[in-house]
Amino acid sequence: MGKTLFDKIWDAHVVTAVEDGPTQLYIDRHYCHEVTSPQAFDGLRNRGLKVFRPEKTTLSPDHNIPTLNQDQPIADPVSKFQVDTLTRNAQEFDLTLYGLGHEKNGIIHVIGPENGLTQPGMTIVCGDSHTSTHGAFGAIAFGIGTSEVEMVLASQCILQPRPKTMRINFEGKLQKDVTAKDLALYMISQLTTGGATGYFVEYAGEAIRNLSMEERMTVCNLSIEMGARGGMIAPDQTTFDYVAGREFAPKAAAWDKALAYWKTLKSDADAKFDREITFNAADIQPMITYGTNPGMGMAINGTIPTVKSVDAASRISYENSLKYMGFSAGEKIEGKAIDYVFLGSCTNGRIEDFRQFAAAVKGKKKANDIIVWLVPGSWAVEKQIKAEGIDKILIEAGFELRQPGCSACLAMNEDKVPAGKYAVSTSNRNFEGRQGPGARTLLASPLVAAAAAVTGKITDPRSL
Amino acid sequence: MEKFQTLTSTFVPLPIENVDTDQIIPARFLKATTREGFGDNLFADWRYDKAGNKISTFVLNNPTYSGAVLVAGKNFGSGSSREHAAWAVAGYGFKVVVSSFFADIFKGNALNNGVLPVVVSEGFLANLFAEVTADASTTVTVDLQAQTITDNKSGKTESFQINSYKRNCLLNGFDDIDYLLSNKDKIEAWEAKA
Repeated sequence: MGKTLFDKIWDAHVVTAVEDGPTQLYIDRHYCHEVTSPQAFDGLRNRGLKVFRPEKTTLSPDHNIPTLNQDQPIADPVSKFQVDTLTRNAQEFDLTLYGLGHEKNGIIHVIGPENGLTQPGMTIVCGDSHTSTHGAFGAIAFGIGTSEVEMVLASQCILQPRPKTMRINFEGKLQKDVTAKDLALYMISQLTTGGATGYFVEYAGEAIRNLSMEERMTVCNLSIEMGARGGMIAPDQTTFDYVAGREFAPKAAAWDKALAYWKTLKSDADAKFDREITFNAADIQPMITYGTNPGMGMAINGTIPTVKSVDAASRISYENSLKYMGFSAGEKIEGKAIDYVFLGSCTNGRIEDFRQFAAAVKGKKKANDIIVWLVPGSWAVEKQIKAEGIDKILIEAGFELRQPGCSACLAMNEDKVPAGKYAVSTSNRNFEGRQGPGARTLLASPLVAAAAAVTGKITDPRSL
Repeated sequence: MEKFQTLTSTFVPLPIENVDTDQIIPARFLKATTREGFGDNLFADWRYDKAGNKISTFVLNNPTYSGAVLVAGKNFGSGSSREHAAWAVAGYGFKVVVSSFFADIFKGNALNNGVLPVVVSEGFLANLFAEVTADASTTVTVDLQAQTITDNKSGKTESFQINSYKRNCLLNGFDDIDYLLSNKDKIEAWEAKA
């Protein structure tokens, strides 16, 4: 029987397997940020250990950092201490740090690919569930806990039970103004937030093949929101073209050798998946979420499902969720007024997201009385925005650009949406309080965010 | 890590589905650089109002319910990989979380912190919620060696799955790093071959 893409990469990284237990898997690339790593470094110190392979770990503070005045000391002393702790750990353990103020600083899942650190065929981990982003390159990439961060630092290995495999096919083409974000939100709404738990997903089909690398990252990034251990896409010319020439990409003869290997990284025709699902890409509309988990999504012009349509056992949770959001079952949300717009995050904070947003707002004006946070995913994205003159379009339309970081995606810094306010957000989670205590998050694409930013309402971007 | 063998305890019911890690421990509490103190902020936004007063209707503030076992609705622990969620559950004093379904990363993080996730059937779970509502002194017994959970009210027992490696770690209080480092020669052999 043939092997899946997942099988090929997993099998190539098995160091040993525990009998009737997990596999000891070798990790090629380890990313670290300030929130989930300090206790792991403490663990190393307590055991008197060094980092086993320091060249395979890269650090960047992103969760806690302000998006204004990054040249000044961080005002919140607790955030500052955590970011400083990352710097101290980088120095003590001799690790590469793209710290605050560094031209390569940014959200770890944005800068890894940008610098060619993320490559096909790799195993990649980070103490962050959106590590699944890197699967877009045909890598096994997944989020881990802090105890596991310590394991990787100590041994460059991790113990993992082998997940089941699932292939999700998107046949046909996406409609105009339907983005990778809509594709992912549609999929999660169909499968629910636990629908892929226990599985590693491979995305395939014409609509996936047609996606750019950045769009593929958006889709893989959201794999965790349906519970998947990770998501991946077989590398192809789009992937190779993206990786080629980046700082840490293989060069010359090493490139030729890598490329020959990468071209073998696809599921064999007779490979068997534990589960296989097919969607028709043309069925997908611009999406928006109406509830408090990413599976509670619908077409932007749709109506919120009735209570009756929900499983009896889930009705209390469903009603609590709508109550939190201030919505009623059965109603439309298109046309409702919103208060905040957030463009950014490891899901939608890349240059193509800013291009889309800018193209949609060009020649229009920001709606009155709403606050719009435009936060590039990295300094490289910020630089590109300026190089392309996108910043001028945004300023002309009444917007301002902030400095890179995770920002309002999880509101660990000052970028918090106040209680009861509605935010159309291009981020990845609409959990209660995610964007600030009491904040009400509506997840959507950069195009839906742009439409909301100029109308002040939930607006179908096709109507602009 | 502390050893876990058997436990008999009353339990705290949380009959809510899809309890995500942002509810278990909101992001603003993730700024600590040690593992201690997260238990105080377990379910912070459900437990305390804006002024920091206890919300009396939330189960952790209801003196009727107590114990070292948390019984929660389907898909507990979805969302972020933050191990702080497991530290908060453990720090509060829970040794076992029972649900009909767990998110993967939370499950792994819990096991790495001596908290045992026990998956039971939907029926078993519904029964526990009903019984504890009628009588808060209802207890469960979790036996890790036998891999069973018993509802001591109805006398019903279910088996639960855990891989034998992890079971062994918990029974003996071992952790993974000792194991990984004992394979250093194998790691170097893998690197030499790659």
